[in-house]
Amino acid sequence: MRIDEANQLAVKRILDSQPVLVGIASAAEMIPGMRRNLILHAGPPITWDRMSGPLRGAVIGGLIFEGLATDEPGAVGLVEQKQVQFAPCHHHGAVGPMAGVTTASMPVYIIENRAFGTRAYSNLNEGYGKVLRYGAYGEDVLARLRWLRDVYAPIMGKALERSGGVDMKSLIAQQIQMGDEGHNRNKAGTALFARLLAPHLARTGTRTDDLAAVLTYLAENDLAVLNPVMAACKASMDAAHGIAGSTVVTCMARNGTEFGIRVSGLPDAWFTAPAEIPVGLFFPGFTQDDANPDIGDSTITETAGIGAFAMAAAPAIVKFVGGTPSMAVESTLEMYEITVTENPAFGIPQLDFRGTPTGIDIRKVVRTGITPRVNTGIAHRKAGVGQVGAGLVRPPMACFEQAVEAFAATLA
Amino acid sequence: MVVHSVVRSSAYFDSVTLMLVQREVRQLPGVEEAGAVMGTDANKELLRDAGLLTSEAQAARPDDLILAVRAGSGEVASTALRAAETLLVQRREIAATGTYRPKTVASAVRMLPGANLALISVPGRFAAGVASDALAAGLHVMLFSDNVPLEAEIELKQTATARGLLMMGPDCGTAIIGGTGLGFANRVRRGTIGIVGAAGTGIQEVASLVHRAGAGISHAIGTGGRDVSRAVGGLTALVGLAVLAADPGTEVVVLISKPPAPEVAGRLLGAARHLRKPVVINFVGASVANDGPLHGAHTLEEAASQAVTLVTGVPPHWHEWEALPAQEAGRLAPMQKLVRGLYSGGTLCYEALILLQRYVGPVYSNTPLDPDYALESATRSRAHTVIDMGSDEFTVGRLHPMLDPELRHRRLLREADDPEVAVILLDVVLGHGAHPDPARDLAPVIRQARERARRDGRWLPVVVSVCGTDDDPQGYEAQVAALLDAGATVQASNARAVRLAGLIAQAAGSKGSPRPPAEIPVPSQPQALPDPTHVLQLLSGPPRVINVGLELFAESLMTQGAETLMVDWHPPAGGKQKFIDLLDKLDA
Repeated sequence: MRIDEANQLAVKRILDSQPVLVGIASAAEMIPGMRRNLILHAGPPITWDRMSGPLRGAVIGGLIFEGLATDEPGAVGLVEQKQVQFAPCHHHGAVGPMAGVTTASMPVYIIENRAFGTRAYSNLNEGYGKVLRYGAYGEDVLARLRWLRDVYAPIMGKALERSGGVDMKSLIAQQIQMGDEGHNRNKAGTALFARLLAPHLARTGTRTDDLAAVLTYLAENDLAVLNPVMAACKASMDAAHGIAGSTVVTCMARNGTEFGIRVSGLPDAWFTAPAEIPVGLFFPGFTQDDANPDIGDSTITETAGIGAFAMAAAPAIVKFVGGTPSMAVESTLEMYEITVTENPAFGIPQLDFRGTPTGIDIRKVVRTGITPRVNTGIAHRKAGVGQVGAGLVRPPMACFEQAVEAFAATLA
Repeated sequence: MVVHSVVRSSAYFDSVTLMLVQREVRQLPGVEEAGAVMGTDANKELLRDAGLLTSEAQAARPDDLILAVRAGSGEVASTALRAAETLLVQRREIAATGTYRPKTVASAVRMLPGANLALISVPGRFAAGVASDALAAGLHVMLFSDNVPLEAEIELKQTATARGLLMMGPDCGTAIIGGTGLGFANRVRRGTIGIVGAAGTGIQEVASLVHRAGAGISHAIGTGGRDVSRAVGGLTALVGLAVLAADPGTEVVVLISKPPAPEVAGRLLGAARHLRKPVVINFVGASVANDGPLHGAHTLEEAASQAVTLVTGVPPHWHEWEALPAQEAGRLAPMQKLVRGLYSGGTLCYEALILLQRYVGPVYSNTPLDPDYALESATRSRAHTVIDMGSDEFTVGRLHPMLDPELRHRRLLREADDPEVAVILLDVVLGHGAHPDPARDLAPVIRQARERARRDGRWLPVVVSVCGTDDDPQGYEAQVAALLDAGATVQASNARAVRLAGLIAQAAGSKGSPRPPAEIPVPSQPQALPDPTHVLQLLSGPPRVINVGLELFAESLMTQGAETLMVDWHPPAGGKQKFIDLLDKLDA
């Protein structure tokens, strides 16, 4: 059967991928088509008038960071005068968590997929609290972004160069055996990342204060490795994109208003539906009512078979799925129902090292009625408040139904 | 009177679970009528007829659960709705705690190593898809579901044949594999008599009689009634004969079916003649001459008797309950002339229609032998009437009478009130899957029926046969004792019960003549048999079963100690036909 063969080819590309983190450079330098008045954002394409609070806030912050505006009214004015263009990160080989806003002068991680000679990119993680990715753009946020650009990026770039690159596939495989699922939990992965790079950081000849700041950043930010992990997933999924006849999902992403998916065999289309509001656990003082609809490109992890798909490996965060390790195992087992294959590189100890469920098939999703599970951070619906919790969400079934309809139409 | 309802989106429950809940809720004080259904158009129609269709229920989609209650007050109605939800959750929890329940056959196969059989009882329009998944996963299949299109049956059976797999059904109600009963099945001793049957309660009757005669069953392979049609060509029956021929544990084979299409009968007999084992044949109502290893039997009882005799060398004796037809008839009032049969077993009903003709002439039925004797309405008897209460007109939106005897009980009282009725004929089917204690419910109704007749100056014989064994969960002896105590006349087999009822009616003045049996010739050409190697492996021990559909069947398999994994099945694409069609197109 042609679809099954195409899908086998698609998942083989995912499994064969060898994503390696090779360096850091500015978006303008690295990302094809990047320019000063272009703002990349998470999820499917969207216009300003339909953007949710956190994405608008991040756009304003991005314009101020680029020096295109000095304050909010100036930034909004630029947008309203159509001086600013928007495009999904995904259209430029990139991904970014939450708002995903990436501008020309921001540094990006460079992932090389050595099996196929292709590249993918992601912006840098800012840590916790008030951050651009949740729509905050105060002076402290901008100062943090400048530090990332001016201090962290050059030092880390040099260290990465010295190291010869970090094999992300190996890093993800190890973190999954250490209790991470690679999306909501990246504690082990970040520790590994810091450990691998520490000797090289030490050799960059950086002055002690800056070196200490970089190491503190790695020590205090459990999500530091999330962005390179996402870019590694993006590099692997791009290798599977555009295979004629394949019904494998190569991208799931949300812009805070809509959830969108892309399918390998229908390479130019997005299938979108209104994003759901995640259900989860909230930080003190916040409730479900504060939650913004689902946002961010970090669902690329689930698309590549980790994140919620590897939930069984992460008993420490089982509170998100109802509280018991057996429920975490069930979350992963359910995902085998809708995927084409298992990734032997990512063995889950709790499942006797069974590989993670990989390669979502739109046919299986629609037939079984099981939508992919997604672990996610939850943004406040107002710009700039930041993260209010973390939890679970699923894409709307309508995305997959539309994709099946479109696919069937190509056979007519 | 108020009607309350709730709709739960995307909450699928199988129809048996829902109907059991519905029955319990209906019995709550102050509740007049209750419905627990999935929101399909057909089910909404049922709710409308029952006066339960609220606007909320009307808007429900096929994958939504509707609970609706009509009650004396709003308070009673909401309490009843809450009770319904609790009942549903209670049932779910048994299965939901502990391990993951797979959603598809493919993942279930992975979770149950060595799985070799899928027992499928999902609604008919989805059944072929599930069966095809099971065959693709290398499983033998018992397809309990009915309403599967003929073309789908042929395709499934051809696929199975090509892969050396056993495809029992669609509409296969019973089977015994390696000592384990599947679907509606009696607990019988293991022994050396193998059965191939296209007739569900026919298999149950023969297996029970064999057990009660002290012998036992090696395997019973159901084919589904349509297997012996010309279109299907007996594909599964041939596999069954081939595997029982090869099975070292089977000494004698019994082949049971309503009369097959002539060419299929020829094929089956051509195969049976060359099994190198004795084969007892009962084509209910048709006659097969004794010929070498072939032994023709005219009734299910006779088939059991011949098989037991072939194995033990001694003809069996079943318990005889004394009943003198002339004496019974002597107590009837002059107007009492007619036989009324109310059956839960389809094959038993068919056998009754055949055998009664000898005593009372042609009999009216909702499943008549001759279209001229079709009832205008299955709900109204006419002259001599025998009804199959398990056929569609009685089971839409209701459980099969083997599980929910309420309709038959009401009907029994109505027949008893008819002053022309001379004798009432019933079957009671025991075993896994059947009502947990049918006599407990039936005995008071028989008592009441006879009492009402007596008050009206009439003596009313009620003749019953019980299909079952002492090892059945309900216990044969206890069931019989309860029925006898209620004044029923119990007979050891359906054939005997029919004969007794017929003789009573005859003594009361009815006349008939034996229905001339169609003679089925035995062809001289042997029929080639399929390779039974794969199926033989299935028979080598208790099956390891993936159950898709009724939880009831999984529970009975687990009681029997068979390794069973329940698939948490939901209709494909939430039951949305548009997407089912699109997906089929993609998979074509």
